Amino acid sequence: MVNYNRTSQRFNQQQEMLLEIQKLQFAALDTALYLDTHPNDPVALYRHKMYTDQLKQVKDAYEMQFGPMTIFSHEVGDNWRYINSPWPWEI
Amino acid sequence: MFMYEKKLQYPVRVTNKDVRMAKAVLNQYGGADGEASASMNYLTQRFSMPLNETKAILTDIGTEELGHMEMVATLFKKLLKGATRDELIAAGMGGYFANHETCPFLLDADGVPWEAKYTQAKGDPIADLYNDMAAEQKARATYENLILLTDDPLVKDTLRWLREREIIHFQRFGEGLRLVEEYSTNKRYY
Repeated sequence: MVNYNRTSQRFNQQQEMLLEIQKLQFAALDTALYLDTHPNDPVALYRHKMYTDQLKQVKDAYEMQFGPMTIFSHEVGDNWRYINSPWPWEI
Repeated sequence: MFMYEKKLQYPVRVTNKDVRMAKAVLNQYGGADGEASASMNYLTQRFSMPLNETKAILTDIGTEELGHMEMVATLFKKLLKGATRDELIAAGMGGYFANHETCPFLLDADGVPWEAKYTQAKGDPIADLYNDMAAEQKARATYENLILLTDDPLVKDTLRWLREREIIHFQRFGEGLRLVEEYSTNKRYY
């Protein structure tokens, strides 16, 4: 059933965008953990804002092109692409 | 990847504290047919599903069950709020309090701790989906028993809502099973 073409340009582009999302989400997560114990730290707050803003942009672009990453994202296409993009354990 | 959203899936309210009922609802937190068992079942089994439809339904229901664990734990906390020492002891929760105070813990209503033996992952999608449909029915039956154990309309409301979700999950798993069976008769599987 699963037969992703790992050499296609589209697959490579998807992997690049996923890596970018992983980087930004990790940065946002790590600053959030810090903020959980330092809720008033202005530098951490600034960084968290920066990372989450960038994350939203990259995620929106990814979902527009490859379908929803979560079931609460908007599907802009005319079918539910959520189930068909590569599952994490199959990439 | 999983992330937390700071809200319950559905409101959890109680009219009055009820220690006896708190002890009973804990069954759906750490009991054999509770939400923890369901979630661990589905989130584990999805790795051996042959179809994207069934990978998706196990992922999403398994995730929803984590939200149900949060609801049951919230119900437990609210039912215990303001309980006195004498009320805890009278309801048979003295031992529980000694061990966990009023923190929800993965136990059934009789204090039996949760274990992985409550879950199944056969690696065979048909076996697993039948197992999951049975699990949803057992959870539905448990919620019906819990509804009989309380007179509080607010507690009943939350329990009825959770019971409804078991029925929806049963239906979705049934559809998943049909897809997998069609797929295997087409000899594209095995």
